[in-house]
Amino acid sequence: MEHNFIYNLINNEVIAIIAISLLPLIFVLIYALIAILGELKIASFVQERLGPMRTGPWGIIQPVAEVVKLIQKEDITPSAADKKLFNMAPYIMFIGAYAAFAVIPFSSAFVPANINVGLFFLFAVGAFAIIGIVMGGWASNNKYSLLGAMRSASQIISYEIPAGIALLTIAALAGTLNLQELIEAQSGWFWNWFLFGGDGSVWKIFVLPFTFSLFLIFLVSSLAETNRTPFDIPEGESEIVAGYHTEYSGIKFAMFFFAEYANMFVISALITILFLGGWNSPFGEFLGGPIWGVFWFIIKAFFFVFVQIWLRWTLPRLRVDQLMYMSWKVLVPFSFLCFFAISLWAMLK
Amino acid sequence: MSERRRIEFEYSGVDTERMRVNVGPQHPSTHGVLRLEVELEGEIVTEVIPHIGYLHRCFEKHAEAMTYPQVIPYIDRMDYISSMNNEWPYVMAIEKMCDIKIPEKVEYIRLICAELNRIANHQIAVATFGLDAGAFTPFLYLFRDREWILNVFETISGGRLLYNYYCVGGLRNDVYPTFKEDCLDIVRQVRATNKEIMDLLVYNYIFVERTAKVGVLPPDVAINYGCSGPVLRGSGNAFDLRRSEPYSIYDRFDFDVQIGKGEVGIVGDSWDRNIVRMNEMEESCKIIEQAVAQMPNTGDVSEAIPKKVRVPKGEIYCSAENPKGELGFYIVSDGGQKPFRVRPRATSFINLSVLPEISKGYMIADLVLILGSIDIVLGEIDR
Amino acid sequence: MKDYIRKIWLGIYTVLIGMGITFKHLFAKKVTNQYPDRWHPIDENFIGRRSFYKGDEKRGDIPPNSRNRIFLDIDLCNGCMGCVRACPVNCITVETLKVVPGDNVQPLKDGSKRGLWVTKYDIDFAKCCFCSLCVDPCPTNAIMMTPEFEYSSYDRKDLVYRFSDMTEEEIKEKKQLLEKFQAEKKKEAAAKKAAQPKQDVTKETKGEVEKGDE
Repeated sequence: MEHNFIYNLINNEVIAIIAISLLPLIFVLIYALIAILGELKIASFVQERLGPMRTGPWGIIQPVAEVVKLIQKEDITPSAADKKLFNMAPYIMFIGAYAAFAVIPFSSAFVPANINVGLFFLFAVGAFAIIGIVMGGWASNNKYSLLGAMRSASQIISYEIPAGIALLTIAALAGTLNLQELIEAQSGWFWNWFLFGGDGSVWKIFVLPFTFSLFLIFLVSSLAETNRTPFDIPEGESEIVAGYHTEYSGIKFAMFFFAEYANMFVISALITILFLGGWNSPFGEFLGGPIWGVFWFIIKAFFFVFVQIWLRWTLPRLRVDQLMYMSWKVLVPFSFLCFFAISLWAMLK
Repeated sequence: MSERRRIEFEYSGVDTERMRVNVGPQHPSTHGVLRLEVELEGEIVTEVIPHIGYLHRCFEKHAEAMTYPQVIPYIDRMDYISSMNNEWPYVMAIEKMCDIKIPEKVEYIRLICAELNRIANHQIAVATFGLDAGAFTPFLYLFRDREWILNVFETISGGRLLYNYYCVGGLRNDVYPTFKEDCLDIVRQVRATNKEIMDLLVYNYIFVERTAKVGVLPPDVAINYGCSGPVLRGSGNAFDLRRSEPYSIYDRFDFDVQIGKGEVGIVGDSWDRNIVRMNEMEESCKIIEQAVAQMPNTGDVSEAIPKKVRVPKGEIYCSAENPKGELGFYIVSDGGQKPFRVRPRATSFINLSVLPEISKGYMIADLVLILGSIDIVLGEIDR
Repeated sequence: MKDYIRKIWLGIYTVLIGMGITFKHLFAKKVTNQYPDRWHPIDENFIGRRSFYKGDEKRGDIPPNSRNRIFLDIDLCNGCMGCVRACPVNCITVETLKVVPGDNVQPLKDGSKRGLWVTKYDIDFAKCCFCSLCVDPCPTNAIMMTPEFEYSSYDRKDLVYRFSDMTEEEIKEKKQLLEKFQAEKKKEAAAKKAAQPKQDVTKETKGEVEKGDE
């Protein structure tokens, strides 16, 4: 119950709990608006065009316009669809993305639930998305949607394995699954980050290539988890139709997209916590502390959101069997290799 | 990886149910309205039947009722992306039949416009090929460059996509004073962007993995089906009408015929056809530079245009190297002002016929890429 | 094994090169022209048209021979119907009436004699294909293609542009004059025929209403 300043602020427990669960929701809402605008603007700037400029100065009100447009659309349900599952699918996917916010520490003084198996919880809840996708594909009663959903399910499951091994390695390096303690183990200057091998003597030069490759492996697998290009077969091609969210319109479609952006942030947050030191300032004690922690955390997480958007507009798509090849034949062996090397290092430390 | 796929396909002794799927007339890419009826076995394509005719506009029937100059706007609208190249074989055919001698300046301007349009066409081909594969950015870079070419064409002829510029015996307008410098500017920009596209798209490993060894077209099959253009040259056949049967003044220029060499994969796959198009853009740049240096500055472009085009009785077939292949016109005349019959040998129609042959055994995700690499435009197929 | 390592290295390397290119473009100059604010402008990086034609602030730099909406100067039209015959899609419709010799007729704008009243001159822009084949046959340069392209309308009938400026009464009046003239001519010809039966009646009435040709 410590590590959370709201408890100190509001003495009433029930109100404090409500405030704590609402704060990430507000953050996610604001972040989704920024992310939508960011994606549109970064996409246009990469393509040497200006993007939305008419809605507000420099297109700032564009995300609001998009949300309003989606809300006022007609909510169509196919007549032969399974109504209960069809309606539940987008919300389940969003629940999966949002539940992860329960354990993400924004600073040393704010983490909604400081549980000892934080990393494990995060990973488990991240798998919720599969259920939402398969439900959406099945309940649409459309063979293309079903095929797209099945492909997406197999893609996410295959890429969970290298991601899981990467998490395992970091846990081995830090000796704990608690996210706050993970971050505190990386305190100090930026060479104490797990990206550079965690704190230790100068001999960690030897483990540096392994941590770098582990970082890359985790980055790639998490891209596949969120269905972003180059792994966007479920929502891009999929036999020329739009995959599992073909039949959705209006608020449910908005929910799917909202869930995708929220997932992007969760993944970026996870990468910064594991490899880049979370809310630690890169200069040690200078500009450190609980309030600056929020700033550093958000900067680092947004940088990875930017990287994801950047990658989307650069790379072509992978085909399904190439995706499977990459996961099982490239990422899994390398992640095992890194796991052995790093745990050896952790043992010898 | 395709070896593994082929083994899977042949080995399956289990009688699975084959599915017939429509890749419908509305496409998410710029190929037009083409309907493909695909028979799938799981993910593998076993049969493809193209259905065409959604863009039929009775061009040949119209041509029987128009005078010879009036047919030219209709010809523009066949392969609407490379209109300058479309008009050329037609006016060449009529000039041959009527024995009209063209001034030098006209020949040079026609050649430069045709080569610029070849670059513009290949830019669209490569851009939409990347778009089919999922790369959104090269599309915009290439379209930005294409804008410069279209600006030149707008200043010369007045239109941006459909020009109606060549006419029997010459051209309709003269070029503007700074035409030569503009062409050299464009050549410089095209070369710079092509270098970027090579790095960003063509040699990108994901793109290579998707297009290499996919849609392999053996050279003898290509000849049997009558393919021409980059589809034929991508399989290793060095056949280019500009080199083997030089028309107009092409024999004065020094350029290479680009063929596919199987650099990353097998000779004749989709990547090869794409690299042939990229290299042909470079060759066109070379031709334009040489032509601009040799072009005479003085001369009247409309001195040889006849007042009324009256073609003597007879028939002629005249073809030219379009960006997509060989476009030819077979004109039958009965001695009057209106043609008796104008029959185009449409490039994309014949190139499309090879699609069912080369897409057997590949996955449906590859089918889209194979179609993109053949580079069809429905205006020419349906006329 | 070597192939495997090479493929992985290639994959990472080409992705990084691609990312470098797109990152560089993030800071490049953007090419968008925000249309209603800036009209087809020339800017410094505009390859393809040097300062050959510099338009004005309002109309932008569309080249003057750009083929957009057609304009007909009705005071120059002498009703020869060359444009009608040249149009490949039959979008021009012209009706004329012969000028009676006794009528007080003003010459055309360029001074030449007016031989025909142009009672109807319609161009249907829904059909026009902007090929400018109608411009060449015109003997008085009455018809020309202007760079004006913002003329969309909500109704297809509004796209039929009527250029003739003769009112209904004028047309009726000219028609009556013509019929009177034709009737007189017929009487004359009949009288001549009755007076001299051996001579050929070659004076056929030529003043018929000519309709637009196919």
